[in-house]
Amino acid sequence: MIDKTTLWIVIIGLGLGSFFLRFVFTGLVGNRAMPEWLLRHLRYTAVAVLPALVAPQVVWPNATGCEFDPARLAAATVTLAVGVLTKNVIGAILSGAATLYGLLYLLG
Amino acid sequence: MTITTTKSAYLKGIADGAPFILVIIPFAALFGLLATEAGLSVIEALSFSVVVIAGAAQFTALQLMQEQAPTVIVLCSALAVNLRMAMYSASLTPWIGGAPLWQRALAAYLTVDQSYVIAMAQYEKAPKMTIPQRMGYFFGAVTPIVPLWYFFTFIGAYLGAQVPDGLALDFAIPITFLAMIAPMFRTVAHVVAAFVAVVVSLFATGIPYSLGVIVAGMIGMMAGAEVERRMKRRAGGPT
Repeated sequence: MIDKTTLWIVIIGLGLGSFFLRFVFTGLVGNRAMPEWLLRHLRYTAVAVLPALVAPQVVWPNATGCEFDPARLAAATVTLAVGVLTKNVIGAILSGAATLYGLLYLLG
Repeated sequence: MTITTTKSAYLKGIADGAPFILVIIPFAALFGLLATEAGLSVIEALSFSVVVIAGAAQFTALQLMQEQAPTVIVLCSALAVNLRMAMYSASLTPWIGGAPLWQRALAAYLTVDQSYVIAMAQYEKAPKMTIPQRMGYFFGAVTPIVPLWYFFTFIGAYLGAQVPDGLALDFAIPITFLAMIAPMFRTVAHVVAAFVAVVVSLFATGIPYSLGVIVAGMIGMMAGAEVERRMKRRAGGPT
């Protein structure tokens, strides 16, 4: 059983801490100029952090007990390929989902 | 749809955020369910989602509290999972740093993986948007997402709504993120940044507290920045 005091300390502490992390640059730097080398790195934040976030789930999914799963890898590959070629987000999601369910069905 | 006013930016944001509805509903319901199974009341589960709005960090905190980990450890671990939000904040700053403080504070509260990636994709695609349009777009993108995060936490906690295992919903997050990221690969530098980050992340899964993603992200960003610098130098531009 989780102690109620602990729970509320965690909820409030995590809320304040998360807000600080989210606000630290947009709030405190604001529209002051940032150095060019930093801006150059920040241009790659999205394309580096999000793939790094999902890659382990693609290769070793928790859902399969961290076993390599051809259906999930194929679905990720198809999603990315359709997205790159068509630049259509919804088309990429649907292609990926169709690949995942198709292969999960076929491979049983 | 072209963006000509703040209102059309807001509406386009809603449209672009809508695909994430499918991801948010099962995960919010799952959090609500696990929270009540861990002994939280419906109000406590809902408060957790409203105050924190961060899927992975909430699951981490809940798990550690159930294991009776010390409070400091719970907080530090969950915040480490959320550390990438500081990187998102930094990368949003050149785009929205000039907005009024209250708007930046509200946007900070509403910064999650989904709103960040939706907004960045649009800002890079249409760099001529004004700051009010950028803020309108951001708030549009979270409109279909965040209220559902609250509501389905409540539903999951109140009804104990089960998500069927056979749906492979664990994969909804990777697929939606990959689909959002794909159109952002505009240059070789973007591709290199992503490739390096992925390779490092696979080797870094042993790093505790989800810090592997921070390490991988930073190394990927350095790789992308370096490729950009070399390409500019080769093109004869300033380094």
